[in-house]
Amino acid sequence: MKDVIIIGAGTAGLSAAIYTVRAGKSALVLEAAAYGGQIINTPDIENYPGIAHISGFDFATGLYNQAKDLGAEIVFERVTGIREEGDHKVVETGNGQQYEAKAVIIATGAKNRTLGLPMEKELVGKGVSYCATCDGMFFRNKVVAVNGGGNTAVEDAAFLANYCAKVYIIHRRDQFRADEAEVERLRKKENVEFVLNSTITKLNRDTNGLTSIEVADKISGETRTLEIAGLFVAIGQAPDNSAFANVANLDEKGYVTAGEDLLTGTPGIFTAGDCRTKSVRQLTTAASDGAVAALAAATYIDALK
Amino acid sequence: MAAEKVTSAEFEEKVLKSDVPVLVDFWAEWCGPCKMLSPIINKVADSAEGFKVMSVNADENSDLLDRYGIRAIPTLIVFKGGEAVRQSTGFIPEEQVRALIND
Repeated sequence: MKDVIIIGAGTAGLSAAIYTVRAGKSALVLEAAAYGGQIINTPDIENYPGIAHISGFDFATGLYNQAKDLGAEIVFERVTGIREEGDHKVVETGNGQQYEAKAVIIATGAKNRTLGLPMEKELVGKGVSYCATCDGMFFRNKVVAVNGGGNTAVEDAAFLANYCAKVYIIHRRDQFRADEAEVERLRKKENVEFVLNSTITKLNRDTNGLTSIEVADKISGETRTLEIAGLFVAIGQAPDNSAFANVANLDEKGYVTAGEDLLTGTPGIFTAGDCRTKSVRQLTTAASDGAVAALAAATYIDALK
Repeated sequence: MAAEKVTSAEFEEKVLKSDVPVLVDFWAEWCGPCKMLSPIINKVADSAEGFKVMSVNADENSDLLDRYGIRAIPTLIVFKGGEAVRQSTGFIPEEQVRALIND
């Protein structure tokens, strides 16, 4: 039996692993896909205190190696559920494995929200993208669209405007959630067209990939067809914690309800990082949550004796 | 034996005219998820039986990207008899890479 099982090897999970082993407890991290989580896509992190510039890949790899070198065990399996068995927990994975631990930290992060339109999934990599900094290079001198109203959407549009012939920014309201200064900067770009009060209703394709999108203006009721080579969806993140609803309270968006103490309400089950309710989702707060959750788990385990 | 590097000049000979299926990994140096996928691709290449595994640098072979409609990386394409029969974009774990070839 392990002392602590950590679900997710993103920044919160790996930070928790480091603090767990340094607290003298054993840690097993279960990760469904790759270590690093969302930050892997970022080519340049500039706001992590103490590190002026680092790629997401280098940051995540450093964190992964640090956790492993300190003695955390990292296994690549998807967790499908958590069960309580008297004085300990059982964590089940998709392979049918069952891992036992005294405490569990849910650090599952979040993924980019999709539009939920037909053909969206099959067009990923063929015109639909959720990361402008990752894929913008492939749209030099082409016409693209960004969907969203927050900072990410506005920054993505500004970034793409440097490479692309034209950028449409499509938002369902006429006010942006993004910082006004960012929106103003975008307005000044000549090759950016604002398409407001509008939603994307259809994706069109040929054998090669995305060719155009249909956009409906909810005020005029009119539909336009925009011929684009790429669509960048920046409508926020969504967590996926439905598998843990039996041991953690989830809010209406699926985030684990928890405060700065990282308690889920179930003794021995903690949470950390983007997957929980919080106002600031950054590397710094993920790392902080990981540390606090690990120390809380260690204290909980010591009290079990 | 890791994935064999191939350029667009060699593509027809080595991939399209191959008598066995070829899994091609389109990647680039600046791409984080590509670096996560590389070790898996090389591992699959090391034990490959009945198929070959090759890699294409997307920055240096953009004509191939245009030809196959690749607008994001990493993209994996399985070629059989000169045709692109299956593809996947983004990081996928080893078992999904193997499923892509074996289907």
